[in-house]
Amino acid sequence: MLLIPCPYCGVRPELEFSYGGQAHIARPQTSASAEEWAAFQYERVNTRGPHAERWRHTHGCGRFFNVVRDTTTDQILRSYRSGER
Amino acid sequence: MRSRFSGWSLLLGGLTGQRGWREQWRAATPKKGYDALIVGGGGHGLAAAYYLAKEHGIRNVAVLEKGWIGGGNTGRNTTVIRSNYLFSESSSLYDHAVKLWETLSQELNYNVMYSPRGVLMLAHNVHDCQVSQRHIHANYANGVDNEWLTPAQAKAYCPPLNIGSELRYPVLGGALQRRGGTARHDAVAWGYARAADALGVDIIENCEVTGLKRDANGAVVAVETNRGVIESRRIGVSAAGHSTVVLQMAGVRLPLESFPLQALVSEPVKPIFPCVVMSNTIHAYISQSDKGELVIGASTDAYTSYTQRGALHVSLHTLEAVCELFPAFRRMRMLRNWGGIVDVTPDRSPIVAKTPVPGLYVNCGWGTGGFKATPGAGHLLAWTMAHDAPHPLNAAFTIERFRDGLLIDEAAAAAVSH
Ligand SMILES: Cc1cc2nc3c(=O)[nH]c(=O)nc-3n(C[C@H](O)[C@H](O)[C@H](O)COP(=O)(O)OP(=O)(O)OC[C@H]3O[C@@H](n4cnc5c(N)ncnc54)[C@H](O)[C@@H]3O)c2cc1C
Ligand SMILES: [Zn+2]
Repeated sequence: MLLIPCPYCGVRPELEFSYGGQAHIARPQTSASAEEWAAFQYERVNTRGPHAERWRHTHGCGRFFNVVRDTTTDQILRSYRSGER
Repeated sequence: MRSRFSGWSLLLGGLTGQRGWREQWRAATPKKGYDALIVGGGGHGLAAAYYLAKEHGIRNVAVLEKGWIGGGNTGRNTTVIRSNYLFSESSSLYDHAVKLWETLSQELNYNVMYSPRGVLMLAHNVHDCQVSQRHIHANYANGVDNEWLTPAQAKAYCPPLNIGSELRYPVLGGALQRRGGTARHDAVAWGYARAADALGVDIIENCEVTGLKRDANGAVVAVETNRGVIESRRIGVSAAGHSTVVLQMAGVRLPLESFPLQALVSEPVKPIFPCVVMSNTIHAYISQSDKGELVIGASTDAYTSYTQRGALHVSLHTLEAVCELFPAFRRMRMLRNWGGIVDVTPDRSPIVAKTPVPGLYVNCGWGTGGFKATPGAGHLLAWTMAHDAPHPLNAAFTIERFRDGLLIDEAAAAAVSH
């Protein structure tokens, strides 16, 4: 089980969180092509290495935030608030 | 050419202290180039190489495996085989594989221990019952067997099952596919490797593909590996959890993510469990191997990862469900657990298709349930590579279906895995 550092509450066990998938995906303009919509909707980086992802502290403060985790070791490298980079 | 296995050869082996057995395939070293390359020596990749040689006469083929063959998900899965999927595209795809399983041991002259002992999928609430009935009727229309069992019939089919009303999620019935069952995971990889090798296919282990080379028109011309450059203008990628990593080498992005999926086995006991039982609602699935171990599958972790291990709370959750459904197993001890990296698409259906890059083909996205498809996936990847066009059975399983809104949404149909 991961120990996840919530930027608002501190380090808590994974069971308090839900996973929100790849971070920093921007919604395209409504005029976007089918390819752009498909990329937004379905394509993911699926990085082997440091991966920026969203987590939500569901059973805590309830807030979304971002984590960078190395997917080859599951080690969490850092966490930061939504809107930050 | 290796000697054929037969009842007599096994008897003779037994009488001579099992000392006469030889290697079953060559440890090949890479040649300068091949007519076709397969990246990934799991069951799917090995099967593809076999069918390229056997059915399409393309024998100058190599399978490149970064570790040892069958060391990926092929050697890590819980071997549940069934074809009772909802949509016509899926049930015909998976049933194609089940039909190949039925004669595979004879085809390969290698005992893959395919055992159609029946797969019973439990229903625990009204929604489950309705979904099961919908599947049964859809399967019936597609000529795929699947039948409804009452709780008493389910108990008669699988005596350890608890059908008592005291359960938090009582058993209200189940859908049984009698042709479903299990097979021996390693034997499938070894059987295909041996049969492909006999047709001239080079099986090259410890050979990791690190790059894909392309010509001025963008077509693939070679792979870069830790054992040098190997040329080919026809490359099929069958790398399961690492599919996005390999396809990225040619700039192709895929709609899939890689998650750890776990399984565990108990200490071996005498035969007690006659079939496969799955419950999607409380997430447990279980069978007993011929060695006597209970083989139990857990779910994926919540997050993407390449670590080949899963969190303990995930397997604990499954064990709680197993103990509730089969109280007799409460004091069984678990022997080992492990994880594999599964390639999950948004609609939980695979991709067996051409890619936008000429000469590059992909077989991936089988996620948590591709072992059952091994012969079929290999057969269809080989066909697609040989014809540069899909077979009718995999024509719908493209990458472009996501752009075009033509999902084959088995995920929404049942939230089923395996
Ligand atoms: C715990 C668990 C339980 C499962 N249970 C079931 C089940 O009950 N029923 C079912 O139908 N399915 C099940 N599955 C899914 C099933 O195992 C897979 O869908 C199936 O084995 C995929 O076969 P494959 O040959 O594509 O993959 P693999 O056997 O994983 O083969 C892919 C190979 O590619 C190699 N590779 C990767 N990258 C490279 C590279 N760069 N260069 C060279 N080689 C590379 C890997 O080393 C690997 O050997 C389960 C999976 C897991 C992990
Ligand atoms: Zn918090």
